[in-house]
Amino acid sequence: MRTRVAAILVVSVVVLGLVLSPGCKKSPTGTAPEAAAAEPIKVGAILAVTGPASFLGAPEKKTLEMFVEQINQAGGASGHKIELLIKDSGAKPENAISMAKQLIDEEKVLAIIGPSTSGETMAIKNICEEGKTILLSCAAAETIVNPVANQVFKTPQKDSDAARRIFEVMKDAGITKIGVITSNAGFGIAGGQQLQKLAPEYGVTIAISETYDKQETDLTGVLTKLKGAEVEAVVNWSIVPAQSLVAKNMRQIALDVPLFQSHGFGNIKYVEAGGEAANGTIFPCGRLLVADVLPDGHPQKKVLVKYKNDYESRYKEDASTFGGHAYDALLILTEAIKKAGSVEPEQVREAIENLQGVVGTGGVFNFSAQDHNGLDKDAFEVLTVKDGKFVVYEP
Amino acid sequence: MNLSQIVQYGLAGITVGSIYAITAIGFNIIYATTGVINFAQGEFLIVGAMTAISLSRIAPLPVAILGAVLITTVLGGLIEIVFIRPVKHASVLRLIVITIGLSILIREAMLHVWDEKVRSLPYFTGTPVSTVTILGAHISPQILWVLGVSAVIVVALTLFFRFTRTGRAMRACSDDRMAARLCGINDRWMVTLSFMLSAGIGAFAGCVISPVTQTQYDMGAPLAIKGFTVAIVGGLGNSMGAVAAGLFLGLLEALVMSQFATAYKDVVAIVVLLLILIFRPSGLFTRSDVSALRTV
Amino acid sequence: MMRLRIYYPVIAGVLVIVTLHLVLAAADATYYMTQITMSAYYALVVIGLCLLMGYAGQISLGHAGFFAIGGYTVAVLTTYNLATHRSAPLVARCHSLGLLVEWQDLYGREILSFSPWVAFGAALLLTAIIALVIGMPVIRLKGHYLAMATLGFGLIVYRIALGTPILGQADGISNVPPFPLFDGLQVNGRAPFRVQNYYIAWTVVLTAVVLSLNLVHSRVGRALRSIHENEEAAHSLGVNTYRYKLAVFILSALFAAIGGALLTHYNGSVGPSEATVMKSVRYVAVVAVGGMANLWGVLLMGVLLNFLSLRGVFGTFDDAVFGGILIGMMILAPQGLLRASGVRAIVSRLAGRSHG
Repeated sequence: MRTRVAAILVVSVVVLGLVLSPGCKKSPTGTAPEAAAAEPIKVGAILAVTGPASFLGAPEKKTLEMFVEQINQAGGASGHKIELLIKDSGAKPENAISMAKQLIDEEKVLAIIGPSTSGETMAIKNICEEGKTILLSCAAAETIVNPVANQVFKTPQKDSDAARRIFEVMKDAGITKIGVITSNAGFGIAGGQQLQKLAPEYGVTIAISETYDKQETDLTGVLTKLKGAEVEAVVNWSIVPAQSLVAKNMRQIALDVPLFQSHGFGNIKYVEAGGEAANGTIFPCGRLLVADVLPDGHPQKKVLVKYKNDYESRYKEDASTFGGHAYDALLILTEAIKKAGSVEPEQVREAIENLQGVVGTGGVFNFSAQDHNGLDKDAFEVLTVKDGKFVVYEP
Repeated sequence: MNLSQIVQYGLAGITVGSIYAITAIGFNIIYATTGVINFAQGEFLIVGAMTAISLSRIAPLPVAILGAVLITTVLGGLIEIVFIRPVKHASVLRLIVITIGLSILIREAMLHVWDEKVRSLPYFTGTPVSTVTILGAHISPQILWVLGVSAVIVVALTLFFRFTRTGRAMRACSDDRMAARLCGINDRWMVTLSFMLSAGIGAFAGCVISPVTQTQYDMGAPLAIKGFTVAIVGGLGNSMGAVAAGLFLGLLEALVMSQFATAYKDVVAIVVLLLILIFRPSGLFTRSDVSALRTV
Repeated sequence: MMRLRIYYPVIAGVLVIVTLHLVLAAADATYYMTQITMSAYYALVVIGLCLLMGYAGQISLGHAGFFAIGGYTVAVLTTYNLATHRSAPLVARCHSLGLLVEWQDLYGREILSFSPWVAFGAALLLTAIIALVIGMPVIRLKGHYLAMATLGFGLIVYRIALGTPILGQADGISNVPPFPLFDGLQVNGRAPFRVQNYYIAWTVVLTAVVLSLNLVHSRVGRALRSIHENEEAAHSLGVNTYRYKLAVFILSALFAAIGGALLTHYNGSVGPSEATVMKSVRYVAVVAVGGMANLWGVLLMGVLLNFLSLRGVFGTFDDAVFGGILIGMMILAPQGLLRASGVRAIVSRLAGRSHG
């Protein structure tokens, strides 16, 4: 018994030693730093590539890898090649915490892009603030930038702005009584709160508001409840797969009122999944999905069309607005490096706060010391679905 | 609430209930032959649906579904031969833990084969917006398919287990494996057959519900949890009980939803499960034979 | 003097821990301590689960639920801001009794909340009560019915965490303050406290191990093993199987809750991801691979596997690794990797000879 325990302890020390030896460090993607004029910079990314938020993390990872390659081929960010370190957190906050500490303490990265979800971002917000590392989150919650932490920024548009755009359409259309259903994921809950808060401003009454499980396989029950309340429109705030489900179920139980969705509806696949039920859905969204039909003079058109074409030709799948958030994050970082003229963390951070007019996929960013998101209502375009395609909504 | 509202809630309940029921049927076959609750059953549904979706790109729908069912059946058999059969001195608990590990592996494999996107099969009849009217309330025709297929499967299984030699041999194995072997029944192949049958039925079930629920690589586990909840409530090994229990649970959830906030709906199933386990583990629709299930 | 012999590995363990610290400090790599500390708290769960599964022979597929109860209780009580209710009689009473503390968070906000000691005590009390209430009916069940019931319990905890606004719903609770112990020691995840927390975590873990060793080698432990071997025989010999199983259930729940509470302070946050079925399954996998009734094996495997997982070494195959381990262990070596018989079984299996 004693010898066995001793053997266990020896094995443990040996194994730990092997694991911790420098040769074992994992350095995934990213181009190897070459002997360039300026030294390479490390950029970390914590993304939910697998797990329940993979529809966010997978396109974000692909986008970053593609964008970093493009930047490095063009000589790097102001001459500095970028070494991209992507960590898959699986949408688990405890993994995000551990990986954030790795990136900050061990790899000493200049900035971290991500995480993909709000829960993870809130878990590492304080860590990045105290670790004096820039965090460019791809998650949507307002609490990420409120209260403002010096180091923490986010690229997705505000939920409140999305709600405002929805209510504006409703006010124009004379809709006053609505039903709201949200998923129980962070995104859904946050959206529901914004809808509750802002409805009175536009003369809209929320007659009934319900939350369903994000993994729900059928929503006819909830929608029956809404039907009973005789609502004039339904607002659904969720992500896939519920979005397509709502559209279909509404028509199946003959709840024939307008359906509004959130900016989570940002992928043509959700329209395909909904079939003809998806026609007529109204939702605010970044302009990526209608990039081709934007007027040529539109400030965002060039960036959007290039990103969309690059992504779709390289990965053979439709571009989504989620990948765009990661694109914007890296874009903001490189613009800040350019503006600051250095890669010194504090100078870059300050430069971000002073960035104005950065044209990204989510909108045109204007930062300040109080506004670490940089987007307003106009970042959204109200879209609708016609004959299975995204078009700009016209009342 | 007027009549059509009540009927609509009832139909909503039947919709989810039918999904639970068809998932639960598969559990009973393996349980009936080996006493094991196969946690990987949910994955069979998803594998079947995903395979059918991929095949439907190169073949008409019925052929795709048939192909998917066959492929999943073979997969079920292979899984049993590779992972279950070699386990010597298998306690029921150990086998359950193995099926848990299997469900994880299958799910991760599906992620790498098919990626994380949501897909679905086309509706068997009609379109995503077609609807059937009953007493002033509406339901998608696909749900009628789910109910119909469930009924056919249950009837076929009942006939199989009662009247065919193989079916009776499988029941013999579950009653007393040693005795069955002494009678010349090849019990090891009966176990393999039970896995294959469960997998095939699961695949078919997955195809039928795919237009309704849509299909994503990680949907197996939640389906399995609801599925075996319903199987236990109906009485393990009792396929008709599983269907009845599924519809019962679906209607109960619809009732709770109509009176309270929707958020409490999911707790209903778990609470029902716990109550049944504590007070009537043999299930609602099976004769109680409690001594085998409890300890002192 | 068998009693003293069982503590030799504890002393060896202390030496290994101190040596590891010195090695890391010399290599200027103390940042590894972050993941080691986190893994140590997760290991608390598996130590308790080892007692339950390996010694009392009861499976639990819901132990992440107890971890979450510990973590969430601590998080809610230390972050819920009572400042606006300062004048309410109950709040004022608590304040005068010294149960509340005033502090400022990172953003300058004034917060009045329960002291971490009070929160910790509340977490333990709540866990014990819940474990008792759940355990009483559930321990009577056998085999897969017990597995289902514990799974159901874990699911309920998850649903409650996910659905309750005060628990932060899907985003969980963040901004959890550190836990000041005494003498300037704090459970705190920040860099300056790294080494300190390394030792705090290991002290807690080794204390739990010592307690468990005591238990296992006592009369209670022998009774447990007899239950595991053959419950009916034990019962017929007068062993109160029900009470022993219930006691171990509650003890393992408390271990898990302590791990959850301390890790929440260390991380500064907690979320519903700590209560998922997958987490519970991972704990079971660790106990299986560590050797069902082998406390040291379970501890080692728990720390090692969680360490690698937290560092992202398994990449996109994280869950698959644990699934594979479960299957592998159950088929090849149900007694675990680190028992000699387990190793023999694997070798003979690979060599094609039949074992047993």
